[in-house]
Amino acid sequence: MDVFQILLNGIVLGALYACIAIGFSLVWGVLNVINMLHGSFIILGGYLTYFAWHYTGIYPIILLPFVAMVLFALGYVLQHLFINKVVTAPVLTTLTLTFGLDMILYNLMTVFFTATPRRVTLDLGTLSFGDVYLPVDRLLGMALALVLTALLYLVMRGSRIGRAIVAVRMDRQAAALMGIRVNQVYSITFGIGALMAGAAGAIFAMVFPVTTNLTGVFLGKAFVVCVIGGLGSVPGALVGGLALGLIESVAGYTIGPQNAITVGFLLMLFLLVVRPTGLIGVKGYE
Amino acid sequence: MNRQVKISIAAVIVYSLALALIPVFAGNYETRIAISVAMFSALALSWNFIGGFTGYPSFSTAAFFGLGCYIGALSQRAGMPAELAWIIATVGVAGFAAALGAIILRLKGHYFAIGSIAIVEVTRLIISSWGSVTGGGDGLNVPLMTGTPDVVAARILYIMLAVMGMAFVATVIVDRSRLGFGLRCIHQNEDAADMVGVDTTRFKIAAFVLSALFCGLVGAVYASWVGYIDPTDSFSILLTVKVPVMALLGGAGTLAGPIVGAGVFVLLEEFFWANFLQWNRAILGIIIVFLIFFLPGGLLKIRYKDLLKKLSANRSNTVSEGEAKG
Amino acid sequence: MTAILELKNVSKNFGGVSAVSNVSFGLKQGEIVGLIGPNGAGKTTLVNLVTGVHSLSGGQVIFKGEDVGSQKPFQAARRGLARTFQIVQPFPEMTVLENVSAGAVFGGAAGGIAAGRDAAQAELDFVGLGHVANEPASSLSLPNRKRLELAKSLAMKPSVLLLDEVNAGLNASEIDDALKLIEQISGRGVTILIIEHLMKVVLSVSERLMVLHHGELIADGTPKQVVEDQRVIEAYLGAKFAERYKVAG
Repeated sequence: MDVFQILLNGIVLGALYACIAIGFSLVWGVLNVINMLHGSFIILGGYLTYFAWHYTGIYPIILLPFVAMVLFALGYVLQHLFINKVVTAPVLTTLTLTFGLDMILYNLMTVFFTATPRRVTLDLGTLSFGDVYLPVDRLLGMALALVLTALLYLVMRGSRIGRAIVAVRMDRQAAALMGIRVNQVYSITFGIGALMAGAAGAIFAMVFPVTTNLTGVFLGKAFVVCVIGGLGSVPGALVGGLALGLIESVAGYTIGPQNAITVGFLLMLFLLVVRPTGLIGVKGYE
Repeated sequence: MNRQVKISIAAVIVYSLALALIPVFAGNYETRIAISVAMFSALALSWNFIGGFTGYPSFSTAAFFGLGCYIGALSQRAGMPAELAWIIATVGVAGFAAALGAIILRLKGHYFAIGSIAIVEVTRLIISSWGSVTGGGDGLNVPLMTGTPDVVAARILYIMLAVMGMAFVATVIVDRSRLGFGLRCIHQNEDAADMVGVDTTRFKIAAFVLSALFCGLVGAVYASWVGYIDPTDSFSILLTVKVPVMALLGGAGTLAGPIVGAGVFVLLEEFFWANFLQWNRAILGIIIVFLIFFLPGGLLKIRYKDLLKKLSANRSNTVSEGEAKG
Repeated sequence: MTAILELKNVSKNFGGVSAVSNVSFGLKQGEIVGLIGPNGAGKTTLVNLVTGVHSLSGGQVIFKGEDVGSQKPFQAARRGLARTFQIVQPFPEMTVLENVSAGAVFGGAAGGIAAGRDAAQAELDFVGLGHVANEPASSLSLPNRKRLELAKSLAMKPSVLLLDEVNAGLNASEIDDALKLIEQISGRGVTILIIEHLMKVVLSVSERLMVLHHGELIADGTPKQVVEDQRVIEAYLGAKFAERYKVAG
């Protein structure tokens, strides 16, 4: 296989991974909560997009904002009702709680949607440059992922709520003293995390089949991206995502796709021990 | 030895005897549940060393269990008698934990938690890929134990109870020893523990190894019992999360808490699985959420005397002063 | 008399910042020596270097004739080099007695947990906390928490005790009590280095005074000598005042 093909595959995959991980990274960096629901949010976004497209025929790109809003609402409510009560609790408590909530969501999805893999099939053809092939739906997916990431970056930098979120991430108590309603910022942040996950799922569903069996896989990818790129920052998730995408693409070609996943985890373990703050990330919480 | 410890020990002995009598008075189904209870009790007691005493949120239980399954299975397939295979698995997993602990115990909090989950994934993936040795995704068959199902089940139950007993004895010994004291210091304030003279690295590794070796033993025995193992079931993320939940349910850091939590959890799970098969995962999730919000210290840390007093105070106005201290 | 604790050209860099540079001094057995300096002078860094919390960038730390530059904090504790923290660090959910027992069992080589408890009770009585032995550490008032730190350090049977800003947050009478206690500890034969940023507090109890400024040792002598040292005045009050003082004096 052509070197450029491998690299291109890696970048396309990487952009998707970045999009998958950015919401997770934000929640972890700001709330200091590891959101075990993240994988399920992604699949939910994918399923909702599929069913909406299947029954109405509307293009997924148009459906994306609506799916995103639904996920935002879901995330906001979960944070408001449950997770906000335990944000200051030790790791084991928050992790177990999100895991428990995830089990409920997962079960609801398998019962109402079933685990059948679903994919939005858009017959958009394939571009080719010499020996290098790029299916257009993947190109579209990558473009959307990058646009979404950029949008979030702009929101974080430019909007009031974005500034508030960054303030809370830096210093919760100081932010509260400045008049920021921390709990509401938390709910919004978690909502944004869910929104990004759902959008990522929607994009993913245009390129690959999604099924509830993949929730763990996505969650695992999000972990790895966060450790590689660092927590709580959009550029970090982008760097981490691209890095993972490229690594998996190269490793997949050289030692097989199954082993490529192992390489990702081993890299994560290595980085955890050597440099837990990631390649460019903000210093994470303990 | 203070009164509470003596009560805990006595209660556990009685409980174990009750479980041991199940094959005598009940059938295969009940015996299998008893085996599950004993097994998860041992796993939860193991986790208690690193998660309860030391306060490090470990999610590596499945890695140790799974590795125990495979080492045990492979040893048996190589011709060794089951009992020897079990010992080899225990030693192997202990060594694995010692080596890994030296690296991963430098992490704290979230990073440690993730590192410990990553270990499960990496171990599973490696076992899956190494098909020539481990059978890969197809799994491994383990030589079956001789005897009728009833006899075998009873034997396994007694062995699992023995493992649970050993884990409990280890818990009591550690609790009263210098190691236990040091682990609790580490839990409360690791830097202060360091400054006071606790060799935190060595103590943490000791706790991690203790949390691993009984899991390895349980895994090996489990493999001998079920006769067939594969990577997905041996290194199950569900198992690795259930075990800490059981310990939390009963009371992390207590002596008998893990046993209580495992028993309650297994019974609940059995009941819900049997009656609401489709929803059993959601129900487990609800139990977990309920646990976090209403039972933060676990079942053993509820002050039952106070609770009873509150309930009965509605009826009568007299509360004995002497009992106020609970 | 040879020094029980000796620092030779000790330095520490963090990235590009030099926190401690070329510090050399010796503590003789039984001395009470004060180490003062403005905030940010590097006093706590120095304590961290001596007890192994930070690694040395240069120089040597010699304790009882042994080079201990690469030791870990728990080894320092076991050797008899104890320190207190500026912000007290108890084991919050353990009782006061258990807190001090930890010092006895792990640092002070007490025979076992029971022996540790006896030793701990003795130290608690010495510092005046005997009556709250069974209270949780988190329930103590600030002055009592400071005493708890002291008791814990004493339970480690130290030869050298580094007191890092024990008086932070205490009022005048509490400080007097603390200083009295320190003198009693010295009476037991413990060598003390008391670190402070308030001159007045430490002048009353030290036999000798050292001044740290921007990581460098700028004075080492009797309290009277140090107080009149030009460089010290400049460090605390600024160059302009020092000039004026020189002219007027």
